[in-house]
Amino acid sequence: MELIELEYWQLALASILVLALAACSWLIQLNFGKPLIIAAIRTTVQLSIIGLVLEALFSTGALGWVALMGIAMVFLAGREVMMRQRRRLKGGWAFGIGTSAMFVSAFTVALMTLLLVIRPDPWFTPQYAIPLLGMLLGNTMNGIALSLDRLTDTVWRQREDIEGRLMLGQGWQDAISDIRREAMRSGMIPTINMMAAAGIVSLPGMMTGQILAGSPPALAVKYQILLMFTIAAGTGFGTMLAVTVGSYRLFDQRQRLRTDRITAPKQ
Amino acid sequence: MTQTLSLDNLHVGEVGPVSLQVGPGEILCISGPSGSGKSRLLRAVADLEPHEGRVLLGDTPASDLSASDWRRRVMLIPSESRWWHDHVRDHCGPEQTEDLKALGFEPSVLDWPVSRLSSGEKQRLALYRALTLAPEALLLDEPTANLDGTNRDQVERWLLERIRESGRPTLWVAHDPEQIQRVASAHYRIHGHQLERV
Repeated sequence: MELIELEYWQLALASILVLALAACSWLIQLNFGKPLIIAAIRTTVQLSIIGLVLEALFSTGALGWVALMGIAMVFLAGREVMMRQRRRLKGGWAFGIGTSAMFVSAFTVALMTLLLVIRPDPWFTPQYAIPLLGMLLGNTMNGIALSLDRLTDTVWRQREDIEGRLMLGQGWQDAISDIRREAMRSGMIPTINMMAAAGIVSLPGMMTGQILAGSPPALAVKYQILLMFTIAAGTGFGTMLAVTVGSYRLFDQRQRLRTDRITAPKQ
Repeated sequence: MTQTLSLDNLHVGEVGPVSLQVGPGEILCISGPSGSGKSRLLRAVADLEPHEGRVLLGDTPASDLSASDWRRRVMLIPSESRWWHDHVRDHCGPEQTEDLKALGFEPSVLDWPVSRLSSGEKQRLALYRALTLAPEALLLDEPTANLDGTNRDQVERWLLERIRESGRPTLWVAHDPEQIQRVASAHYRIHGHQLERV
């Protein structure tokens, strides 16, 4: 099957839809016109750049460059996790926790999948390694950002409840147990929902892409299932780690709730 | 279980150094203008607030125990109680029917949803809740602030009785001079940064 080439004027045609939406938003004052346009421009620029980077990366295929790319992706995702939290831990902890949780979960799961499951030759073949890591990072990033945001925000709102529990002699783990559980749940729910709805309501993006690119659906499905499992594992372990370290940081050695370690939200 | 609660050169925020002792069954009342640091002082004694100096129960300094063990022994009951489970019972230790009666409740109150409680009921049940957990010393922050006359007398009588019979040293933040007259073994007032005996 031949790939249908996509021309720039065809993309321009699609962009009219976005412009129309922005115009509507402006007309009835929904106020998302500007961020929508900015996001659309960002998507175009960022994807174009990554296209060039990937072309270059695929043509060298050197381990050093692939590793560098992978590490850069983890750090960018860590920054994104931090930016998405309304209230965050001060002093680099928001970035540190997000980044290290993703490093431990997404990075490790991607590595294991490459080395033990897919086993391309060589194992760091960028055509496999980079998209795999990208998909994993994108999803774990969501989970970790959601759960940390939920954790700090709920702790802030329920700080008096937590202190009330501490006053009755509960340990900090007990005092924060409900909140911690809820935070982990909210990080995991999108992934669980995604797995549950896959194929019924939505055709997952990667599978769709593979089919569009001409691969047989059965193979695309197998890759998609593999990806779902790795995403679930990566998001789950990443979320657990981030919430555990995050809630530990919210108390000091004398088990005092330290809301002074959380920033106030912007605006 | 009869021990002395000692504050040794305690500094918290602007207030300090505070050194005093509360003997078994004694009630030491603390008064002072609002914002003078009374509540913060109690929070420091419960080790909920960073502070300098030491607090001891008997011969045991707070730092020798885990913070949660310390707070289970030296229990702070704030003026605004918080409730996090759905029902009253889930917050309390073993049921003590006598105490509920003395506070004017039927035992069935334990099965009430928290949302049904008035602020006065919450305050009385917060005292009950704390005592079911068998603390060895009490830190009471305006324990009758939300109560009307009858309830206040009832709570006061009950607290006095329970404090005396169990020998719990008690710090009691109070506003009302008459209440202080009725309950205090000693009375200190926060004046500037210092605690002065009245």
